[in-house]
Amino acid sequence: MSAVAHPIVDHNVPPGEPPHIHHMDTTTAYGAAKLGMWLFLGTEILLFAVMFCSFAIMRYYHLGEFHDASKHLNLWAGGFNTIVLLISSFTAAVAVTKAQKGDNAGVVKNFGFSLVCGLIFLCVKGYEYSEKARHGMFPFVWNSDFYHYKNFLGLYFCMSGLHALHVIIGMALLYWYGIRPAMRGRFSGKYYTPVELGALYWHLVDLIWIYLFPLLYLVG
Amino acid sequence: MAHSQSHSHGHEEIGHVVPESTFLKVLIALLVLTVITVLAAKVDMGKWNIVGALVIASIKASLVIAIFMHGKYENKIIWTYILIPFILLAIMIGGVFTDDPFRDHPQPFGAQAEQAAPAAPAAPAAAHH
Repeated sequence: MSAVAHPIVDHNVPPGEPPHIHHMDTTTAYGAAKLGMWLFLGTEILLFAVMFCSFAIMRYYHLGEFHDASKHLNLWAGGFNTIVLLISSFTAAVAVTKAQKGDNAGVVKNFGFSLVCGLIFLCVKGYEYSEKARHGMFPFVWNSDFYHYKNFLGLYFCMSGLHALHVIIGMALLYWYGIRPAMRGRFSGKYYTPVELGALYWHLVDLIWIYLFPLLYLVG
Repeated sequence: MAHSQSHSHGHEEIGHVVPESTFLKVLIALLVLTVITVLAAKVDMGKWNIVGALVIASIKASLVIAIFMHGKYENKIIWTYILIPFILLAIMIGGVFTDDPFRDHPQPFGAQAEQAAPAAPAAPAAAHH
């Protein structure tokens, strides 16, 4: 009668079988999990929405600063990172199809590729940050030659930094909920919820970068 | 009911399976749109640069949500959840822009106090006298 004997969600099932959930059939559980994920993604979008709103209002008041400061960002690094994230999003989407077909090795390969792309993205981002640090382009440094770019640089570091944090979290999710169980043959056409939800998170990371790239690097 | 029963006991998938070739087409479209964004930014169109960039970004975002995130195959409840954050974002940005720019502070956030000085005392001075 303990919680261990009758857990609400029992994952102790053969590979490929959905977990046993009390008073809920598989399709309902799948739909509920996806709805919950979308609700969470909504809060993530709203988290970034505050920053996009700040960006809009600061750009409105400091248009000249934003135009000049955005030219100091490395367009090649930003463009390369955009392509890397788009390709990683593609492989994450393919991983879901693989999981639906019961191809666990395909999930490992495609999520693994996305994970490596995330790592490349972070390395390029780290290079960009170090370049900015080398030139003293940090916001709110009084004696910096770039102090007059403080509004743009403050938003640049906040937005891209928060996005990079999401890349790191996304990589952890892809490994923990996708690659690791897939290596044990956990997924099948009947059960692939964690793969789909992990991929949804990764697509959100891509989605936010789709807006960040033109705003920060191109039009300022 | 019969539909969900067959899903629970059958061997077919519980969600919509999108073929990989569809994802590949979307990826190519996204990469082409990225190149277009970069090229469009090189042309000076004044105010229209940011409008164009945001329109292209929104087309890309729609593609990601509809195909990569399976949005095209989701029901109305999930679409409500997808759209609400974007509606709230529009309300927030719209609300800020209809409020702040119309206030009487040509140099907000304490920027350039020396520039604001000649214009600023006009109104408060009248109130004090």
